[in-house]
Amino acid sequence: MSNGSGRTDIVFWSGNEIVAEAAIAAGCRFYAGYPITPSSEIAHVMAERLPEVGGTFIQMEDEIASMGAIIGASLTGKKTMTATSGPGFSLKMENIGYAYMAEVPCVVVNVMRGGPSTGLPTALAQADVMQTRWGTHGDHPTIALTPAYHREIYFSTIKAFNYAEKYRIPVMLLLDEVIGHMSEGMKVPDPSEYEIFNRIKPSVPPEKYFPYDSSFGDVPPMASYFEGFRFHVTGLNHTKTGFPTTDPDICQREEERMIRKVMKDAEALADLEEYQLDDAEIAVFSFGSTARGARVAVDEARKQGIKAGLLRAITLWPFPDRQVHELASRVKAFVVPEVNLGQMILEVERTAHRDMPIVGVNRVGGVPIPPYEILSKIKEVARNGR
Amino acid sequence: MAVDYLHYLRADKLPHMWCPGCGIGIVVKSMIGAIDALGWDKNETAVVSGIGCTSRAPGYMDMNTLHTTHGRALTFATGVKMAAPDKHVIVIAGDGDSSAIGGNHFIHACRRNIDITMIIVNNNIYGMTGGQFSPTTPYGAKAATTPHGNIDPAFDLGQLAIGAGATYVARGSVDNGRMLQKYLKDGMAHHGFSVIEALSNCHTQFGRRNKMSDPVVMVEWIANKVVTKAKAEKMPPEELEGKIITGELHRNDERPEYTDEYSQLIQRVQKKAGVHQ
Ligand code: SF4
Repeated sequence: MSNGSGRTDIVFWSGNEIVAEAAIAAGCRFYAGYPITPSSEIAHVMAERLPEVGGTFIQMEDEIASMGAIIGASLTGKKTMTATSGPGFSLKMENIGYAYMAEVPCVVVNVMRGGPSTGLPTALAQADVMQTRWGTHGDHPTIALTPAYHREIYFSTIKAFNYAEKYRIPVMLLLDEVIGHMSEGMKVPDPSEYEIFNRIKPSVPPEKYFPYDSSFGDVPPMASYFEGFRFHVTGLNHTKTGFPTTDPDICQREEERMIRKVMKDAEALADLEEYQLDDAEIAVFSFGSTARGARVAVDEARKQGIKAGLLRAITLWPFPDRQVHELASRVKAFVVPEVNLGQMILEVERTAHRDMPIVGVNRVGGVPIPPYEILSKIKEVARNGR
Repeated sequence: MAVDYLHYLRADKLPHMWCPGCGIGIVVKSMIGAIDALGWDKNETAVVSGIGCTSRAPGYMDMNTLHTTHGRALTFATGVKMAAPDKHVIVIAGDGDSSAIGGNHFIHACRRNIDITMIIVNNNIYGMTGGQFSPTTPYGAKAATTPHGNIDPAFDLGQLAIGAGATYVARGSVDNGRMLQKYLKDGMAHHGFSVIEALSNCHTQFGRRNKMSDPVVMVEWIANKVVTKAKAEKMPPEELEGKIITGELHRNDERPEYTDEYSQLIQRVQKKAGVHQ
C-alpha cells in the first residue's frame, strides 16, 4: 500500500497541504469545495492530485453545494471531504446536520479565521469551536480534531476519515489559520504507521437490509447506492427502515442512539498531550496553534520556579470531561488561552466543577497569543490565586 | 405491453400523502412509464429530491432514493453522479425548491451540462408550507403571502434553463400525461443536463385561493392555458397572449457532457503522470 503521494522523504508542506495529502492517503476519492481563505490550498492540492489517483475533484457553485455533493458521493461508497473557513462553515451547517441525521460519513475541514461574518479573512482565530459543537440545529454528537504539529495533522486527517467511517458521521477537522498556513519539515508517514478503517457493509441480503438497523449495534452497517439495496435516505426523523416517522418513542430512541454511538467511545476518542502535569499546580488547557505558545510559557514558568503544566487537546470534541475533572482535583488553577473571547473555558469550568480560579487569556485581533501573555497570566494566578 | 407500475413502486408505502387529485401523481406515473420504456434498471437508478410536496415522490419509488434539504437536491445529485457516472440520476423538485432556494444550483447544473434529468413539477405555489407564492406564481394571483395579489414577475423556467445552458429542455402538463411521458423519456435518454417542466395543479393551496378548488377545474385551467409548440407556430401573437407553450423547447446534442469531460481529464492527467490503472 502506498500513502498516495508516493513520498516517504522529508517534505516541507503547509498544514493545508498536509491535510490534502493525508486525505488521499486515507482513501479520500471525492472532494467538493468552494474557494475561501485560509483553506484554499487544500482545494488546490486536491484539484491537482485527485485525478492522478482516479478520484474526483469538483468546485461547486457555493459552500452549501459542496457539502451536499460530498454527502451524495459518500452514499455511493466513496470517502469524501470538503474544506472551508468561518463564513463557509456557517453556510454548510444545514447540510452538516443532514449528514448527522442521515448518518453519512464525510470529513469537513474548517481552517478557522476571524469572525463573526467576513471578519478577518486571512488571519488567525479559534472562535468556531462552539459552532463546531452546536452550529447545526438539533442534537447530535461531535467529533472535532485540533492538531497542532505537522505529522500530527497528517495522522489527525487519517483519524478523521477513520472516525467518519466508523461512526457514520461527519467529522470536523479544525485547523486554525496558523496551523493551516505554517510550513514545517516533516517525514511523510509510512502507511505502516497508521491504520485505515472502512465503513462496515451489510452482511445481509437486500431484502433483509435496513439502513438504520441497530440490531447490528449503535452504528448500523451501511450499504452503498447501486449495489442492489435500493434504500431510502432522508433528513426527516426516520425508523430503522430509513422512512419518515413522527412517532415520539422512535424519534427519542433513534436520536439517543445517534449520540450514544459516539459518546460511549469518549474514552477511546480522547487524545490529549500531557506536558509537565505530574506535579503541576497550574494547568494550562489549550489546543491548536495557541498550545504551541502555551508550551513555551509553561517552560518559562518552570524556569521561574512555578509548577505549571499543559493539557493539550488533540481531540477537542467530545470534550475530555473526565480528564479535565480529574486534573482539576490535582491542580490549584487553570489558565485557558484561546484566540476567541472565551469559549472552551466554559467547558473547562463545566468539567472542573470546583470552586477554583479558571482564567482565560484571550485575543481576537487575528494574531497569535504571545507566550509572554500566557506566562504573565500563569504568574498572576500563582501570585494572587486568581 | 402494459407498464407494471408496482414493479417501480414501494407498494408498502402507499397510499401516498398527496391530496386527492394532486397532479404530482400524474408526473410520477409518467416518470415510471418513461423509465420503463427506456428499460432502466431500478438498481442502477437514483432519484433525488429536496423539500416540498413533490420531493416526497422518491420515497414511493423502489430505487436508490435520496430526500435531501430544501433546494439542494441538485447538489447531492451532482455528488452521486460524479461519483458514479455510469448510473442514472433523476432529480424531481417543485417550483419553489428548484427556482427560489435552489436557483443557484439549478443554473450551475445547466451550465455544467451534467447528465442528470431534472423534473420540475411547477404548480405555481409552495404547497406543503401553506400556499405562499413562488417564483412562478402568475402576476396578480392570490397566495397566502400575496393576499392583495401577486406583484412579483414570474420566471419562465424553460427559458431560464435554456439561457443557463441545459441541453434538453421541454415542457409538458398534467392534463396530457402521454405527452409529458414522451418528454420525460427523451430527457432521460438525452446525454446531458435535461430539464422537463411539468405544469401541475395544486388545487389545495393555489386553486382554493384562485377560484379553482376543484382539481378537475384546475386541470382544465391548465389545459386551456397550454398550446403545443407546433400549434403556436401557426397562431397570431394576439392569440398567444397569456398562453404557455408546451413541447420540446430546446435540444443540443453537441455540447460535451460534464462527467465525460472529467473522465477525459483523469485520463490526460494519468497519462502525463505515467499512472497505469
Ligand atoms: S398541497 Fe398541493 S401540491 Fe401538495 S399534495 Fe396537495 S395538491 Fe398536491
